[in-house]
Amino acid sequence: MSEFELESHAPKGPLQDRWKQHKFNCRVVSPANRKKYTVIVVGTGLAGASAAASLGEMGYKVKTFCFQDSPRRAHSIAAQGGINAAKNYQNDGDSVWRLFYDTIKGGDFRARESNVFRLAELSTSIIDQAVAQGVPFAREYSGYLANRSFGGAQVSRTFYARGQTGQQLLLGAYQAMSRQVACGSIKHRSRCEMQDLIMDGDRAVGIITRDLVTGELESHLADCVVLCTGGYSNAFFLSTNAKGCNASAIWRAHKQGALFANPCFTQIHPTCIPQHGELQSKLTLMSESLRNDGRVWAPKNKADCDKRPEEIPEQDRDYFLERMYPSFGNLVPRDIASRAVKLICDEGRGVGSEIDGKKLGVYLDFADAIKTQGLDTVREKYGNLFQMYQRITAENPYQTPMRIYPAVHYTMGGLWVDYNLMTTVDGLFAGGEANFSDHGANRLGASALMQGLADGYFILPTTVSDYLARRKPVKAEHYQNQVDAAMQASKTRIKALMNAPDPSVTPDDFHRQLGQILWHACGMAREKDTLLTAVEKIRALRDEFWQKVKITGEAEQLNQTLERAGRVADFFELAELMCLDALEREESCGCHAREEHLTDDGEAKRNDMDYSYVAAWQYSGEISQPTLYREYLHFDFVRPSIRNYQ
Amino acid sequence: MIFKLNIWRQAGPNTQGFFEAHEVDASEDSSFLEMMDALNEQLILDGQDPVAFDFDCREGICGSCNLVINGTPHGKQQATTTCQQYMRDYKDEDALWIEPWRATAFPVIKDLIVDRTAFDRIIQSGGYIPIRTGSACEANTLPIEKDVADAAFDAATCIGCGACVAVCPNASATLFVAAKVAHLSTLPQGQLDKKRPAKMLKAMEDEGFGSCSNYRECERVCPKEIKVSAITTMNRLLYKANKSV
Repeated sequence: MSEFELESHAPKGPLQDRWKQHKFNCRVVSPANRKKYTVIVVGTGLAGASAAASLGEMGYKVKTFCFQDSPRRAHSIAAQGGINAAKNYQNDGDSVWRLFYDTIKGGDFRARESNVFRLAELSTSIIDQAVAQGVPFAREYSGYLANRSFGGAQVSRTFYARGQTGQQLLLGAYQAMSRQVACGSIKHRSRCEMQDLIMDGDRAVGIITRDLVTGELESHLADCVVLCTGGYSNAFFLSTNAKGCNASAIWRAHKQGALFANPCFTQIHPTCIPQHGELQSKLTLMSESLRNDGRVWAPKNKADCDKRPEEIPEQDRDYFLERMYPSFGNLVPRDIASRAVKLICDEGRGVGSEIDGKKLGVYLDFADAIKTQGLDTVREKYGNLFQMYQRITAENPYQTPMRIYPAVHYTMGGLWVDYNLMTTVDGLFAGGEANFSDHGANRLGASALMQGLADGYFILPTTVSDYLARRKPVKAEHYQNQVDAAMQASKTRIKALMNAPDPSVTPDDFHRQLGQILWHACGMAREKDTLLTAVEKIRALRDEFWQKVKITGEAEQLNQTLERAGRVADFFELAELMCLDALEREESCGCHAREEHLTDDGEAKRNDMDYSYVAAWQYSGEISQPTLYREYLHFDFVRPSIRNYQ
Repeated sequence: MIFKLNIWRQAGPNTQGFFEAHEVDASEDSSFLEMMDALNEQLILDGQDPVAFDFDCREGICGSCNLVINGTPHGKQQATTTCQQYMRDYKDEDALWIEPWRATAFPVIKDLIVDRTAFDRIIQSGGYIPIRTGSACEANTLPIEKDVADAAFDAATCIGCGACVAVCPNASATLFVAAKVAHLSTLPQGQLDKKRPAKMLKAMEDEGFGSCSNYRECERVCPKEIKVSAITTMNRLLYKANKSV
């Protein structure tokens, strides 16, 4: 692996002109020549589907891949609350600059100014595009679009489609993509998983895939590869992600030379349904939008924790978010809310069932909202969420407050990309949650959909074109050796998984153990010794995994256990890097709370003198010895301040 | 507690399937699919091939999971996907019979997994509003009455799971098609394509789905409570489009 300077290619000049100027500087491919270029898009969630549709419309040959049985099932579909856009329809003082500022502050000043400004700027076009596609956003009786408030903002700029915003936006992108499939510009493969990149020296020229139905390995060459494969929350085993979400594509790209940025920046979402038992396979999120009307509280006295919430009188309730953060109240950003909930439960004031001897839950109460707005209004706003809660817990949230506890939800870290969303591997791009670019150390609610679609609809089509314009189309016959090498590597890996020397433990069992180590060491609070111990434990368990993983059935057929084992193997390596990154960052910022660096009130103490950088890790050939590169962040337009939501 | 299961096993699309009996120990607070996970863990440790079934989000929105439980697609709780069924609701059952969706247009791939790509091809035939990225007008230039937008939303919540097909004696996908038509063709921006219903219905027939003969079973099992009134809406649009030709 070579030494290099991290060059963000972020343009200079006035912030508001940078993207415009950059677009002009980007080269374009003439319409007649576009069909000579092939672009591979892996992952068909919001970022992938929107990128594929847009590139297909432009006339490129696009090949898309997803592991699900249809692109419509990507996990973007589960995003509930909404999508931010600086439309200022509420006339409450919003602007592109304000959305930019809120986002960069929300990320605790650990993101690039140029990228975040571009995101805010593009936000408005996303809403236009989605509405034109038929996304049924909520509307006022006037017929105009409605907004609601989300955490970390004092303006109302979130567009929503009840509690199913992600679903509706994804279907919009999926339908746009389907239209291109029908036109023949996109060739799509479902139930097909990327195994590795095909590399020509330092350049990505294609991918190896495994057909999940037949088990067959196939090669696909292209002029460039775009990874939109989502985040890696499932490293924790229990998370709000779909069961299939995985880091394999980005991790294998990392091992081919793509730097991995800020791996320890993982978002813990404050309002999830608490864990209830051993067998549990995933955690379920309750949208942040609920904090518009729900009030978070815990009993003031430990003695009340076993009582039914209705029996605890008003004066014995501690509405701790309102108490601690009076100006933002229940709508503080996610990292702040999560840590406050943890603090209360660590004090022994949690409620609900015990996990490892601790009650892990606080109340999210709608009684006031129901009293002031009426049952019907509350049902109209949150009906499907209440129903989901009731289904899972067998409790009726219209009558008794919900119980919530934080859970891993989103990963701000991901493949390092420059302003063009290209990784450090030539010809390899990353969009959506798979890259690290816009959210810094904490993502604000309703910003993930915005970023995925900004990347897919507007940024990648421009920057991918610029890349292709500088190259001649690849010729398949030139790359046979490279294809053979990549194919052989994938075969060897599958063989090793299928033939562990002492097969006795299931992949899920290993995954659960890994998740517990990671949650305790690299979850809501991090501390040096615990992290060091975790690294040791992860290494030991990883060795055991390759010795003992048990997979039945054959590799040359549909084999879900093999699929899972391959993903868990990658999580084992990524988990170590997450801990190493958390160790290296001797400060607290956003989601990353190092216990050694907290104020007396438990707030994050950032260290801008020493840590105002993106930590980008290079695979050195040895998993435990990655090389750290630093991209220093420069703030020319905002002054990094102490994040104060009080 | 112990649950008795009879699960459909089928090695591939062209092999004979059969029911296989199992017993599994699972808490009544676990979800239906967590119970299936427990069974599979046990099967792997016993050196057997685990039961293949589709799942992903496990929160009722992705539309992946699709089991017929005791004869009902998605199981006994109405308006609920398979993944959101909880074992507490099945503790009084003597035995659980678990089968795949059965329809010509949904061939079995393995065990409980079926091929639903026919749905993708139906959407490709016209289930979109053709708007090129970047050419949209400002979003609020086109006000849409709230009740029109709300009705479109109700239809748009379809998750494409295919329960409507699985329960229909004709294995018809009319509710699926109608939901997309009622979503797109009732919105002002979707009204330009008058042929949408005809194109999508033709694609449906070409894929081997049957026609609608008003059993209305689809409405009963739809986890998102899509109403058959969507079919009425579609038929009206179909009629209008034919008349205008």
